[in-house]
Amino acid sequence: MVLQAIFILVALFTIGCALMVVLHRNLFISALFLIASFFGVAVIYVLLEAEFIAVAQILIYIGAIATLIVFAIMLSRGMMTGRTSPRNAQALWAGLGSVILGIALLYVVAYRVQWPVVQKDVPADAIARLGSALVGRYVIPFEVASVLLLAALIGAVMIAREKEV
Amino acid sequence: MNPLDPRILGEWWNTFLRGLGLAEGWIVFINGLVVTLILLGFGLTSVIFLIWLERKFAGRIQDRLGPNRVGPYGLLQTVADALKLMTKEDITPDNAERVTYNLAPGLAVFAVLMLLVVIPFGPGLIGVDLNIGVLYIVAMGSIGIMAALMAGWASNNKYALLGGFRTVAQLLSYEIPMVLAMSVPVLFAGTMSMHGIVEKQARFQWFGLIMPAAFLLYIISALAENERTPFDLLEAESEIVAGYHIEYSGMKFAWFFLAFFLNTLILSAIAATLFLGGWQGPFVEQVPILGVFYFFIKTTAILLFFMWVRATFPRLRIDQMMALAWKVLVPMGLVLVLLAALVVKLPIPGLLQNLILFVTNIAILLFVLGAVGRHLRKEAERYKVRYQVSGIR
Amino acid sequence: MLNSYAVVGLYLLIALAFPFVTLLIVSLMRPSKPNPLKNSTYECGMETIGDTWVQFRAQYYLFALVFVIFDIEVVFLYPWAVAYGKLGLFALVEMVIFIGMLALALVYAWRKGILEWQ
Repeated sequence: MVLQAIFILVALFTIGCALMVVLHRNLFISALFLIASFFGVAVIYVLLEAEFIAVAQILIYIGAIATLIVFAIMLSRGMMTGRTSPRNAQALWAGLGSVILGIALLYVVAYRVQWPVVQKDVPADAIARLGSALVGRYVIPFEVASVLLLAALIGAVMIAREKEV
Repeated sequence: MNPLDPRILGEWWNTFLRGLGLAEGWIVFINGLVVTLILLGFGLTSVIFLIWLERKFAGRIQDRLGPNRVGPYGLLQTVADALKLMTKEDITPDNAERVTYNLAPGLAVFAVLMLLVVIPFGPGLIGVDLNIGVLYIVAMGSIGIMAALMAGWASNNKYALLGGFRTVAQLLSYEIPMVLAMSVPVLFAGTMSMHGIVEKQARFQWFGLIMPAAFLLYIISALAENERTPFDLLEAESEIVAGYHIEYSGMKFAWFFLAFFLNTLILSAIAATLFLGGWQGPFVEQVPILGVFYFFIKTTAILLFFMWVRATFPRLRIDQMMALAWKVLVPMGLVLVLLAALVVKLPIPGLLQNLILFVTNIAILLFVLGAVGRHLRKEAERYKVRYQVSGIR
Repeated sequence: MLNSYAVVGLYLLIALAFPFVTLLIVSLMRPSKPNPLKNSTYECGMETIGDTWVQFRAQYYLFALVFVIFDIEVVFLYPWAVAYGKLGLFALVEMVIFIGMLALALVYAWRKGILEWQ
């Protein structure tokens, strides 16, 4: 009961912040709402007893990705001075389209997918199990992830160097 | 039964609450309130003492008396300052983005206060012993970064924005070596819970003694994360006046100030916990309450070290600051983590492993110091040549 | 586990409310006499010239990008470190490969001069 109430409050907070991301006229403040929304998602992970995912969410999304986004906004000259407007000629159709898409997605998620339900409690050594799964069963994705990160860095370096020439 | 054992006291308290016929939910709520009040009270009062300590200590190092007018030994100086800041006019510049401007100082305090909850003050004396304690600390740090960025942006002041950018660049850069250093105790202990890590350091098996290089790595990164000298180029008075909190006055400035000092305390407490055995010490098994004493001794020692550094060192340039993080500390951190992992797997007794780790750590430290020293000497030589050519002596 | 997070949640709410409530209370105690001169943007002796939003150097962005990559590495590193004691030598080899890739990334950025602050 209490959990349900907390979940509804947090979900409303998350969705509200997400809406403000697209509706606010100032890009920097949009980014701040994005951060608040990420935080709400982290709280939902905690409610699902996925503490490691929650902390990774804060660490990577708020700590790294959001900072990257804010830097990107701050580094582009035009974006900081002028205010962007989300309400242009396409606003109506875009809004309608996203509402329809949202309902369709919600329908699929709620009724069409067989979600596996686990009744057991989360084991105490969940993180250790995650660690051994990373180097055991999921070792290939784990190593491929490092290649992906390497590729991402090389790509970023190439783009940045192109600018200088 | 030992009445001085906080764990037993906690048990007794929970049984007492259950005896009152309260539901489990209410017990959690009451315990949460108690934890919150104790931690907030401790955090805020300790800062008052801490600011006095830092001023007194720096004063003595610089052959001054330090605060000595208000109260005995100037002890009430900080209280007077706090009262002054509270009753001072609070200026919000017309150009500032008001909401974000007002949110930033509160968020800065919030991010630091959140850390208090996982600090183990003694056996059983911890707000909440989270399974992910160490990562929780790192994650909360990223909210502090956001506060700095918000303050810098919302002030609509060039110095503030520049300071905010520098702050974020520095905090991000030093977060990596810090996290790498913190992963070494996690590797040894096999858990991320702060309490679990302390328990693995019994009988002077302090991780900071086994891996002095990792400990030093943490201390250096903590200095940078705390925006302390020699990493205080974020608020360099001679360049950008005060950094991201330049426009703040009154209570809002007080919040930034408080966040800064509380962060110093917490970073020292984390260092004591992860590397110096936290509340471990002689006779802790028999008299658990001694643990609190040991914990504060260790924390204060690291605190005084931070203050000593602040009173003696000049500050780095921004290029030196970035180079130190990425070219020295990050590679060193990666090597240390792999070294620890390798030696732990060697089929030899634990004592020998620790000895090998200690010796290799010292070797790595000497090598790194030598490399940095050689680089700096070459740099100095280059500057000398350049200035001679252009006629400046 | 949720019980301990309930305590964290309660602490979070109070720790979040506390600074703002204090600001509110303090705002009743302090004088407030704003005037245009007082509320102007701080600058060393003269009026501030031009916009605050001058273009910042792209280097900040690059450092943030390198940071993102290492941050993700850390998230992989920690569960590995927790589980390491119970794992065999293969865990070490795999982590050496993983960290080696990232070290390669760092070396690449270094060689390309990304880590130089000009």
